[in-house]
Parts: sequence; C-alpha cells; structure tokens
Amino acid sequence: MSALRQPVESGVMDAKTFMHPTLKKNYGHWAWHDRPRPGVLRHVAESGDTVWTVKAGTQRQMDVYTIKTLCDIADEFCDGYIRFTIRSAVEFMTTDEAKVDPLIARLEAAGFPVGGTGNSVGFISHTQGWLHCDIPGTDASGVVKALMDQLVDDFKNEDMPNRVKITTSCCQINCGGQGDIAVNIQHTKPPVINHDLVAGVCERPSVIARCPVAAIRPALVNGKPSLEVDEKKCVCCGACFPPCPPMQINDPVNSKIAIWVGGKHSSTRSRPMFHKLVAAGLPNNAPRWPEVAEVVKNILHTYRDNARSWERMGEWIERIGWPRFFELTKLPFTKYHLDTWRGGRSNLNASAHLHF
Amino acid sequence: MSKTMPETPLLDQLESGPWPSFVTGLKRLANDEGKPYADYVKSLLGQLEHSYETRKGYWKGGTVGVFGYGAGVIPRFSEIADKFPESSEFHTLRIMPAPGFFYDTKTLRAMTDAWAEHGSGLIALHGQSGDIMLQGCRTDQVQPVWDKINEMGFDMGGAGAGVRTSAACIGPARCEQSCYDTLGAMKSIINDFTDDIHRPSLPYKLKFKFSGCANDCANATQRSDVAVIGTWRDDMQVNQDEVKAKVAQIGRKEFINQVIRMCPTQALALNDDDTLDVDNKSCVRCMHCINVATKALKPGKDRGITILVGGKRTLKIGDLMGTVVVPFMKLETEEDFEQLVDLAHRMLDFFADNALEHERTGEMIERIGLINYLEGLDLPIDPNMVVQPRTNCYVRTDGWDDEVRKWNERNSAAAE
Ligand code: HEM
Ligand code: SF4
Ligand code: SF4
Ligand code: SF4
Ligand code: SF4
Repeated sequence: MSALRQPVESGVMDAKTFMHPTLKKNYGHWAWHDRPRPGVLRHVAESGDTVWTVKAGTQRQMDVYTIKTLCDIADEFCDGYIRFTIRSAVEFMTTDEAKVDPLIARLEAAGFPVGGTGNSVGFISHTQGWLHCDIPGTDASGVVKALMDQLVDDFKNEDMPNRVKITTSCCQINCGGQGDIAVNIQHTKPPVINHDLVAGVCERPSVIARCPVAAIRPALVNGKPSLEVDEKKCVCCGACFPPCPPMQINDPVNSKIAIWVGGKHSSTRSRPMFHKLVAAGLPNNAPRWPEVAEVVKNILHTYRDNARSWERMGEWIERIGWPRFFELTKLPFTKYHLDTWRGGRSNLNASAHLHF
Repeated sequence: MSKTMPETPLLDQLESGPWPSFVTGLKRLANDEGKPYADYVKSLLGQLEHSYETRKGYWKGGTVGVFGYGAGVIPRFSEIADKFPESSEFHTLRIMPAPGFFYDTKTLRAMTDAWAEHGSGLIALHGQSGDIMLQGCRTDQVQPVWDKINEMGFDMGGAGAGVRTSAACIGPARCEQSCYDTLGAMKSIINDFTDDIHRPSLPYKLKFKFSGCANDCANATQRSDVAVIGTWRDDMQVNQDEVKAKVAQIGRKEFINQVIRMCPTQALALNDDDTLDVDNKSCVRCMHCINVATKALKPGKDRGITILVGGKRTLKIGDLMGTVVVPFMKLETEEDFEQLVDLAHRMLDFFADNALEHERTGEMIERIGLINYLEGLDLPIDPNMVVQPRTNCYVRTDGWDDEVRKWNERNSAAAE
C-alpha cells in the first residue's frame, strides 16, 4: 500500500466560494427584506438588486438521491446555487421573480413543503437517535417526522404570534438545545449496572466524577471491581452512561419523554430563557409518538390562540403567569415542577404577586 | 447475491404523511441493487427496525480515524452485528461546510458521488454541530472517502475535547440586520484553530458561534462557549417616512401594540405626527423594533460585536447562558479581526490551563469567579457584565481604593 496521504489542513472555505453572484455582489449592502408570502423572503439590496428566497423543509438525514433532486431544482431555477439553514431547511435563491411560483410548485411536487419563514413553526432541530448515536433513549428523525407530519400546516403558514422553534433530544445531554417547545427524553429509573462488564470497559474514577450528584461509588461485586449507585441520590440523568456503557440507563418502558416550554436563544425583547418543564411521563411510543404529538399540539395551539403579536412562548407565559398556562393547557401541575437543583430557589415566587 | 429487504412494519409507518420521510430515503438506497451500499443499508434498516421494536439503541463507540488527525470520525460499531452483519461498522465523518452552509450543485453532486461510492449514501445536512455528517462508512472506506472529500477542499470537523466546528448566521450575505461579517469572522477563527480542532487536547469541548445581531439566529448565546453577537454603539437609524408608512399600513393602535409596547426598556414613543421617538440611551439593541419595522429602522452605523462566554447545556452543573465579557469591540479592519483571533487564543489558553477535566468554560468561570477569568484574559470589567451588582455582603473589600483608582484611570484615559 502506498504511503498514507497527509491531510490538507485547510479549515473552512471562504463563504463566498459557493455564493450566488448577486449575494456576493451585495455582500454587506442589503437594505431591507419582506415576505411576499409564507415560505418566500424578498431581500432588496442598496443597489436595488433583489433576491427571492424560497425555503422548504427536508428530512435532514437525506439519501444521495434526495440531495440530487435538490441539486436538479437548484440547477433549473437558481443557477446551480443552494443553501441550507441552521435548522436543516433548504433555501433556493433567484433574482427572477417569475421563477418563484414555478419553483414553489416544483418543490411541493417533489415532496418538500415550502414554509418555515416568519412567524411559523420552523423545522424541528434534532439529532441522531437510534440511527446513529451510541447513547440514545429514543429516535430523533422518527420523532421529528411524526411531529412535522402533524405540524406541517403550521410550518407552511405564518399564523403564530412569533417564531416557534421546536427541538428534540434523545438523551438528557440535549443536543437539540433550547426551544419554545423541547421534546426530550427523561429517564425515570437509575441505571441498571452490568457488573460483568464494568471492570473490562470503564475507567471507574472518571465515571464517578461524571455524576452530578455524587451518587456513584466504587464497589466490589462478586469479587470484581465494579460500581454501585446510591439510588436515593440518583437523578436518573444518564450522564454516567456515555463513559461507562454498562451503566444501562435506557429502558424501553422507564425512559419517558418530557415536554419543556419557553426556551429562547435570542435577546430580542426579553433576555434569552431556558425552557421549563411542563409535562413528563409520556411513553416513548415509536413509531409515531401520538401522546407526545397531542401535548405539543395542545401547547402550540394554546399559544397561537392566546399570545399577543411578537410574544415568544416564554414571554407569553411570563405575562399571563404559570397558573393560567396550566389552566389553559389543562396540564397537571405536580411536585416535579418545583425546581430542586442548585439555584432553583430563584424559580420560586418570592413575592405577593399571584394570579387568580 | 444481494440480500433480501428486511421486514420493517414499524418504520413503514414513517413513510406516510406530508413531511419528507428519511425512511423512504433509506429504502431508496437499500433497493438500489448493484450499488455498494444497497446491502449495507438493508442491514441498517433491519437494525433500526429492531431498535423501534425494542426501544433501545445498539451502537457503541470505538477508535477509527484518518491519517494525521485525532478527531472528526465518529466511530460506530453495532452491538448486534451477529443479527445485522453488513452494517456492523457504520462510522460518521464530520466535514466542515463553508460558513453559512452555501453550496453549488457541482460540489454537492461530487460529494454525493464520492459518498455513494464509499459510504452508505446517507448524509445529514447538517448536524447540530454545524457539520456535514457523512453517516455510515466501513472502517476500510473511511480513509479513501476522506481523501476525496479533502481534495475537494473540505476539511474535517471537530469532535471530543477540542475546538469544535462552528456555525454562523447568514449575516452580510443576505441580512440587512447584520452588524458585522459573521461568515468572515467564523472563517478567521476556525482557520486559526485547525490544530485544536483536529488534535483535541483540551479539558473538554470549546465552541465558537457567530450571530450578526441580538436575534441570534445561530443560537450562539446558549449553544456555544464563546458567542460573538453583533451590535452597535451609536443611535439606530430611523427613516421617519417609512415609520409613517408603517403606521399607516398597520394602524396606530397596532403600531403601538407591536412596536412601542414591546420594547423591553420603554425606549420608544410614537410622536403626534406618527414619527418615532427613540431614546437611544435606554435602548438595549434587542432588535425587536427593527425586526417589526425593517424598512424604517436599522442598527446604527458604529457597529461591532459583543462577546458572551460560558453557554452550555445541562451536564454537569446545570444549564448556563453565556454572559458578557466584552461589551463592545469593533470588527471591521484586518487589525480588528487579528485582535479577535488573539482574544480567542487567550480564551483557549486560559481554558486549557484552568479548567478541570470535562469542565466547560462556563462551569470553570462559575467555579473560579468571573473576575479571575477577566483578569486572566486582561479584559476590563464593565457594568454591562451584570444584571445587577452583588446582593450579598460576604466579600472582602480591602482593595476598594485600588479598584476605584483603576476605574478612574481607565475612564480618564478613555475621555482623552
Ligand atoms: C433574513 C434573515 C433573517 C431574519 C431577518 C431573521 C429574524 C429573526 C428574528 C426576528 C428572530 C428573533 C425572534 C424573536 O425572538 O422575536 C430570529 C430568531 C431565530 N432565527 Fe432568524 N432570521 C433570519 C434568518 C435565519 C436563518 C437563515 C435561520 C436558520 C434556519 C434562522 C434561525 C433562527 C433561530 C434558530 C432563531 C431562534 C433563536 C431563539 O431560539 O430565540 N434565522 N430570527
Ligand atoms: S441528544 Fe443524546 S442521544 Fe441524541 S444524538 Fe445527542 S447525545 Fe445522542
Ligand atoms: S444516572 Fe446520573 S445521577 Fe444517576 S448515577 Fe448516573 S450520573 Fe449519577
Ligand atoms: S442573527 Fe441577526 S444578522 Fe444574523 S441572520 Fe439573524 S437577524 Fe440576520
Ligand atoms: S432595539 Fe429593542 S431596546 Fe432598542 S428601541 Fe428597539 S425594541 Fe427598544
């Protein structure tokens, strides 16, 4: 075999390498934009140049034929340029307004829903799940496909008070990140330890160090070095599982799904917010997770019907108060909603402000 | 001889419905007889169906890489290879796209061709990390496909305890709200840290993300250790004729509801002649009014960046948002960019020297206190770094006079 090739350590390319010439020409000189219809952005440059962007949903995990179909569409309508958004939507840009309607028709015919702009429900940011991750409690693409099938009209229209960013995470590491609605795995039982394997595969001190509540101790089990978990302390977070796969946290029945709301990254109006737990104990019901979809739709549509223009989910709830949120959504309020983590006291109501 | 297609009654239920189906895509690959990936993906579908039945995952990690790099390939070996032997190795290559996720179709087609030859034919555009995820590769095909992708001009992304692949909002390429060159800044930083991306040796990961304004479309504030966010120092630009047009378009009451009343600092008022009164000293550059009245309002002209440090998700001490460590910095000239890269290096060095194993920047700062971080990096303190000053009196203040002197010296130097 010939000598191995040294990598070319080139970093990232210049963004302009693959940029539509009109974007390159007007780089840093855009004047304003609007949205002629849902799914379409119109950006006008100081020079007067205009670019129409048509945005569509994808399945994110794409086979090469799907990508080639997108390329065919970009060749036909967009001079061979194509771009993706941070949330895996695809964007087609053209300087020719006459191409917009045929482009939309072509995308819809090829099965890519056009939308995701303005005050719509964007594509769900998600991760890998059973398809590829080594620690997932559930799938990612499947949950997202099942949810988007039900939310597609909210993606295609701009009927929400503000943007709705939904995220999913298939373990409590939460690759999906903060969301107006976050659909996350929530384990409910401590890990079941496969003692035969611990000695062979795990570096015990680093597993012990990983636990956020110091619930793991070294132990001798059947004469072999292993670990034990103080089940009273354990918060079932699963953090010990990645460094030590014998700490089996995933369970087909006891790994549940929880719904969190009101997370926001932007500093627009209010400061960024973390999402807050509202529902838990939902079954990990593959392949279509109907119980999860019900709760998500309930929250989403309650928000749509009640929030004021431009209030994000978390801002709306701050205004109306949590009692009203639980009343409107008919979700139960339990002892698990009281934050017990460090700093959690700041989530308690230290005032005489009450909602009735 | 080719394998028969596995029965997938559960996955089949994800083929119906209006949203594009990844299952249909996988089946397209699995049925592509004669292609090197057909049986590979059949086997993968079998394993995925098995996961759907048992509600468990069956991948484990391992060690797979490319020559010269210590990260960027995510190894996946099946724990149930006896049942699904063809897909027993299903590694991912993380490849960094150009900032802003731009492609031309020639490049994208060439990438898919290489991947169809060596891999599964399945690509995620993009991972939460910001990478192109070439998903599903046998160990012996990793190096050949990497060679092709690298020769096309793409480099490998980050993984493990090193600098990670970055992400930037579309910024000046197509957004009038962008206060700096997000795409250029991402390139400057990433391309100066390739060694720390490819040969991870930090206590834990370090992520940079770039958003052109407070809308933070790159989700930088919480999803990166170092969030670079565009802002401006002078007055926002107001086109009063366009304000009047907007008021006429949506009505006075709606303008007040949607713009005036939503300003977080009550910096706005509508004048009697339907022009806008902006109290720029109260404005916190949140972008709301500019978003709603895009033609009428714009960020000011004296633009730059704010840097927030320490964002991260739960593990291990709980979620943290980034907090301000640099309230304002210009980012226009080559010198400005060099300064940003220099600051990023100091951030990395301080992190490498002071964080405990598996500790993120935010956790380290929480443990040592922000002031130690600022002093370590030689960053001046500023009231923009706090929501409010200390509320707890348990602090030793015998250095007070020195600190007052420093503050006064800095202010008189700035006034000169
Ligand atoms: C034309 C350029 C764009 C404009 C004018 C724009 C505008 C906005 C606005 C106004 C917000 C804040 C919403 C609020 O809290 O009130 C926002 C947030 C966001 N945008 Fe964009 N956006 C643009 C492009 C994009 C693109 C291309 C993406 C990638 C898919 C994106 C992803 C996001 C995300 C993820 C957030 C949410 C951050 C959070 O959770 O708060 N944006 N954007
Ligand atoms: S959320 Fe957890 S299980 Fe899902 S891809 Fe990320 S690390 Fe893996
Ligand atoms: S699941 Fe979490 S809390 Fe429980 S032992 Fe493991 S790391 Fe500790
Ligand atoms: S963060 Fe600001 S500058 Fe960047 S795309 Fe979003 S709105 Fe535009
Ligand atoms: S940018 Fe935000 S803070 Fe400033 S005036 Fe507009 S709404 Fe108010």
